[in-house]
Amino acid sequence: MEIELSEEQELLRETVRRFAREVVAPRAKQIDASGEFPLATFRQAAELGLAGVCVPEELGGAGMEMIAYCVAIEEISKVCASTGVILSVNNSLVCDPLLRFANDEQKRQFLAPLAAGAKLGCFALTEPEAGSDAAALRSRARRDGDRYVLDGDKVFITNGTHADVALVFASTDPEKKHRGISCFVVPCDTPGFRRGEHEYKLGVQASGTTQLFFDAMSVPAAWRLGEEGAGFKIAMSTLDGGRIGIAAQAVGIAQGAFEAALAYAQERQQFGQPISKFQAIQFYLADMAMELDAARLLVYKAAWAKETQKRYSLEAAQAKLFASEMAQRVTNKALQIHGGYGYTREYDVERFFRDARITEIYEGTSEIQKLVIADWILKAG
Amino acid sequence: MAIDFSLSDEQELLRQEVRRFAEERIRPGLRERDRAHEFPAGLVAEMGELGLLGMLVPEELGGTGHDPLSYCVAVEEVSRVCPSLGVTMSVTNSVCCWPIVRYGSAELQRRVLPELAAGRAIGGFCLTEPSSGSDAGAMRSVARREGSDWVLDGEKAWITNAGPGRYFVALAKTDLAAGKRGISAFVVPADAPGFRVGTGEEKLGLRASNTAAVYFDGCRIPAANLLGEEGQGFKIALATLDHSRLGIAAQSVGIHQRALELATDYARERIQFGVPIAEHQAVRFMLARMATELAAARALTYAAALAEHRSDAGRLAAEAKAYASEAANRACRDALQIHGGNGFCEEYEIARLYRDVRVTTIYEGTSEMQRLVIARQLLAR
Repeated sequence: MEIELSEEQELLRETVRRFAREVVAPRAKQIDASGEFPLATFRQAAELGLAGVCVPEELGGAGMEMIAYCVAIEEISKVCASTGVILSVNNSLVCDPLLRFANDEQKRQFLAPLAAGAKLGCFALTEPEAGSDAAALRSRARRDGDRYVLDGDKVFITNGTHADVALVFASTDPEKKHRGISCFVVPCDTPGFRRGEHEYKLGVQASGTTQLFFDAMSVPAAWRLGEEGAGFKIAMSTLDGGRIGIAAQAVGIAQGAFEAALAYAQERQQFGQPISKFQAIQFYLADMAMELDAARLLVYKAAWAKETQKRYSLEAAQAKLFASEMAQRVTNKALQIHGGYGYTREYDVERFFRDARITEIYEGTSEIQKLVIADWILKAG
Repeated sequence: MAIDFSLSDEQELLRQEVRRFAEERIRPGLRERDRAHEFPAGLVAEMGELGLLGMLVPEELGGTGHDPLSYCVAVEEVSRVCPSLGVTMSVTNSVCCWPIVRYGSAELQRRVLPELAAGRAIGGFCLTEPSSGSDAGAMRSVARREGSDWVLDGEKAWITNAGPGRYFVALAKTDLAAGKRGISAFVVPADAPGFRVGTGEEKLGLRASNTAAVYFDGCRIPAANLLGEEGQGFKIALATLDHSRLGIAAQSVGIHQRALELATDYARERIQFGVPIAEHQAVRFMLARMATELAAARALTYAAALAEHRSDAGRLAAEAKAYASEAANRACRDALQIHGGNGFCEEYEIARLYRDVRVTTIYEGTSEMQRLVIARQLLAR
């Protein structure tokens, strides 16, 4: 067992940290207020290889390991959770399934520009009536010669307002339920593809969340990813990896809030001394550090498991569950330490507190993670 | 170096060997020993023969010279079956052998360590007093120099292994005017004149471990039994406790592991409303939390064991101890809840674990002291 990052990974952390501080952080407050999608930041991040961290270099990516990816997402999310999830979706939910399921032609056409950040991807699974119960989706793909015709609505699609390419899940055979779901790679300028309005949310305000509508959208069969009926498997295995990215995002948000609280507690004077001298504040800080360290280890463990094991659903679910709930508690304590100031938009902890909330919901709610974990525990032994 | 969460082949083998020994030799008679408050001297001798009592002692001094992570794995496996023997083992290794290895003279080491490491002698640690628990520096025990001897007077409380112990690391004030810098550490053999052990405590749990008061009444030991320098005792005590936190964290992980196993087995078998209670989400969610917190506790404990050379080692050990002990308490509570009324009856193993686990947040530094340690290190940066 070894818990130190490699030199290359430490170097990446330093590089991304500098980029986050110099480029991402100065825009974070403004895009949170306006909801403006940070497309320029995405392109700049892509220049560092952050659009396709784990995609091989010959396919346009950075060719690094899952741990490096987690480190990068953490460092970005530490200053801007919106940018963190934008990158996480492009990497985990779009590049990763393309890398695993796309044929050579699809890789050349779709994966390479996505991994290089020339194009932005989104993942269109969730529907108004199919959230945790993804298999209940109502989007349909009807075979028409060597093409498919897609109809349906998607909701809460991160990157949706600006994406160039969407992974779309639709049923090709509703009678087969989840075994009838297929996956398609669709350029967003395809006729019949329409975006909704930008969704204003509690947090991760600049992540381009929107609805997508497909109205008799005709796509060539060559854009189908994997076999007909393999879509649900592709979606679930993709979300396993996505959970690791969201767990890393949660660790980053919490780390940002923790560092702000640690600094504030040493500056803020009450009762004639810095509030860090009071046990109440010290205990908050200790709890935050303890849970952050535990969460980061679980994230690294899940990333390590994805690299080395066939199955890593358990590790990914545990990392996601623990890290997201940790982020909720840590950002809450950070805000509490800031007192009334923490409730104002002048301080970053207010944003961190709002941003953390979604990590318990998207890419599998905490409740879904618990069911996944319990299934594993009950199956084992 | 790179992140790796797998144990080495040797560590896996050690885990298997200790688990087999614990299941075959320690498990029989568990309940009877608990009920009778019986210290199993025979089993402790067997553990000594297996090398489990001198794991941190170099081989040339009769120990097995294991790394701290291997030691944690062994404590975990013993505690999974019998937390009482887990603490007997942890105390001998961590708070008796370890400070002697670290601070004892070569002559003292040769005199006592081979016996301790082989299990022919059991070790203890005399720090706590009736009126100085967390505030260890307020101790009243004194030691004065008389010719070539030290003479100790005082009273120590809640000393694990007091009755069967042969060697004790003991703290006493050698300079009353110097505060904490006036404290020194000694090795006191149980056959020293003026050494006396009180009657064993009746405890809520860990009943098969021995706990009693120790009295020094003009207790005379040779000057060569001083550990380190005169006045260095408080530093030695704190360093020892930093280290021993690993042992208690590992003990907590072992208890937690067993609680999860018991709860999972019971939930599979117990039928209510026509289905195994494992089918109910309320029960599944408890199992998921136990499993996730176990993964977090184990990761923190192992990480702390690997971090002994790092500048943040003390903080990590405190985090591991506080987190693992509190998580194990929650796990035993939930495991008992899953057992319903059966769990409240001593016929079921979880009832004893629920009692045993309670002390883990108290001894070798309460959770509150761990948080102060963590906060101090955070604020000192």
